[in-house]
Amino acid sequence: MLKFPKAVSRRFAQVTAAAMVAGVAMSGMASAEETKKFGLGREATEEEVAAWDIDVRPDGKGLPVGKGNAAKGEAIFAAKCAICHGDFAEGVDRWPVLAGGRDTLKSQNPVKTVGSYWPYLSTAFDYIHRAMPFGNAQTLKPDETYSIIAYILLMNDVITDDQFELSDKTFTSIQMPNEKNFIDDDRPDAKNVKKDGEPCMKDCKSDVKITMHARVLDVTPETGGSKNNEDAPKGSID
Amino acid sequence: MSRKDKQIIESGLASSRRDFLRSSIAAGGALVAGTAAARAGSDPAITELQDWSRYLGAGVDAAPYGKPSEYEKDVVRRSVEWLTASTESSVNFTPLHKLDGIITPNGLCFERHHGGVAEVEPDKYRLMINGLVEKQMVFTLEDLMRFPRKNQVNFLECAANSGMEWRGAQLNGCQFTHGMVHNVMYTGVPLRTLLEEAGLKSNAKWVMAEGGDSAGMNRSIPMFKALDDCLIAFKMNGEALRPEQGYPVRLVVPGWEGNMWVKWIRRLEVGDEPWQAREETSKYTDLLANGKARRFTWVMDCKSVITSPSPQAPIKHGKGPTVITGLAWSGRGTIDRVDITMDGGRNWHTARLDGPSLDKSLHRFYYEFDWNGEPLLLQSRAIDSTGYIQPTKNELRAVRGENSIYHNNGIQTWSVKKTGEVENVEVS
Repeated sequence: MLKFPKAVSRRFAQVTAAAMVAGVAMSGMASAEETKKFGLGREATEEEVAAWDIDVRPDGKGLPVGKGNAAKGEAIFAAKCAICHGDFAEGVDRWPVLAGGRDTLKSQNPVKTVGSYWPYLSTAFDYIHRAMPFGNAQTLKPDETYSIIAYILLMNDVITDDQFELSDKTFTSIQMPNEKNFIDDDRPDAKNVKKDGEPCMKDCKSDVKITMHARVLDVTPETGGSKNNEDAPKGSID
Repeated sequence: MSRKDKQIIESGLASSRRDFLRSSIAAGGALVAGTAAARAGSDPAITELQDWSRYLGAGVDAAPYGKPSEYEKDVVRRSVEWLTASTESSVNFTPLHKLDGIITPNGLCFERHHGGVAEVEPDKYRLMINGLVEKQMVFTLEDLMRFPRKNQVNFLECAANSGMEWRGAQLNGCQFTHGMVHNVMYTGVPLRTLLEEAGLKSNAKWVMAEGGDSAGMNRSIPMFKALDDCLIAFKMNGEALRPEQGYPVRLVVPGWEGNMWVKWIRRLEVGDEPWQAREETSKYTDLLANGKARRFTWVMDCKSVITSPSPQAPIKHGKGPTVITGLAWSGRGTIDRVDITMDGGRNWHTARLDGPSLDKSLHRFYYEFDWNGEPLLLQSRAIDSTGYIQPTKNELRAVRGENSIYHNNGIQTWSVKKTGEVENVEVS
């Protein structure tokens, strides 16, 4: 028997909601004087915070002063990015495709690129500046990053002018085409619970047939069977 | 054991070896496992003096840090080469089919890196808290060790675990279909304690955790979770974190997708909005059939898998007493019950949960039965403490389509053949 019927599920939801409210209240409390302080650690210097505080948000918070354009970006991209992402940001081998893919998101093979999928341009700045080039991270100057992003926008037809100046001033004027297609988590979504909350235990199906076998049988490295598997799905873990 | 078998063994014990053999023959081969010696004569593993019984073995300190037996050398993490473009931004898988209990040994915990393993020098380790706090702070490893500690056992599951199976059965082994999960006891300081030490401002609603690795992994965590059960952890299963698991310090976000458990954590920034980082927009968002994508799908839903028998752990002993075992977990609490089916979901039997039942931790289940040697279609179905019942893969596909990549917690089917071989299949 199911020990926790629906009523408990509801109660769980209430408790969760209460905890969230409490969490918000407590977050206010945390700044109050009565919170115990251990006096450990030390105050960060402004220089230290500046050295590590490299994140950028959609509202532009965190963007460094600088500017660039796609014409300059093309040369930088060719030198520092194209070896993995291709001259036109089309992607090499299994490295990420950065351009194209518009109108593919409902298809069998969605191509999720900066232009077709990414909801905010700030994500590109935050990520490229902190993690690229792969293996030589955090070496791009702000101007180089602005230019690379302008080039990626051009390859995605989000901008059409290779002289458009992308800067900390103009950055938030760019709207990404797929922004409106992101929704909040609405799970649990699969309706597999019977009305009384008890799953079927006996004679749940009339007939059971095998409908599909594992596609990649020799997956273990010793066999080498999958190494050059041409049918292998394009890397979906990246 | 049947009464007949008991009689045979008792008579064997009571009389001479010749009598025992005669009674075995009389029993017409009805003997079960463990009596190979009776059929083939005496067991040389017993009658011959073994080297380990004769000669001295290795002394203490032969292995100052102990390793598994050399006979267990195949029990290792494995990867699937074509999944990713490079090993530095890649994943390997926990050998679930060879493990038991609920704790994953440190060296077998799957790896997922985005810029390779950062080799952080502990003397140069710093944790910074900045943003919407009363005092922007820096802590050394030594500072962290002076705060009150907590221990908790939590599973960590990559949101992409079973992600290759959305379009149907793909990889033949539970290591590969389900091995992006591990379960470890963490020791650390509650994230809440550190945030309170810095002092949260009234508009503090989100925390961004950032890694010190070359990927600078960053994720936004809502404040209610940060103040609830997150840990800044420096020990796993009692010892220092392994480098590949974030040495010297990682974030623990119980029940939520593994990508948020930032390794080599160097910074916590407090803010009033989420950052919409690459790993929470471009990745780790769940594309639905209608082209919309779910964002901030943090919780790992209730899931289970039979780890043995499974494709890498076939039944080798033939018919007779057989143990089915597996793992179940839920990011929403504990596991209440696991049912298993041997006929592809027509009839279900409640399995036996064994070992500790801990919040947001793996649970171990067993189901013992007499296999008649006929083909089986094995599945497990977990129910968590909120009443959530693990769905089938087709139920998930019906509402999400096949493009989600992440959060595939559907029921897994293993086809056991007469030979005892096992294959990853899907059923109607």
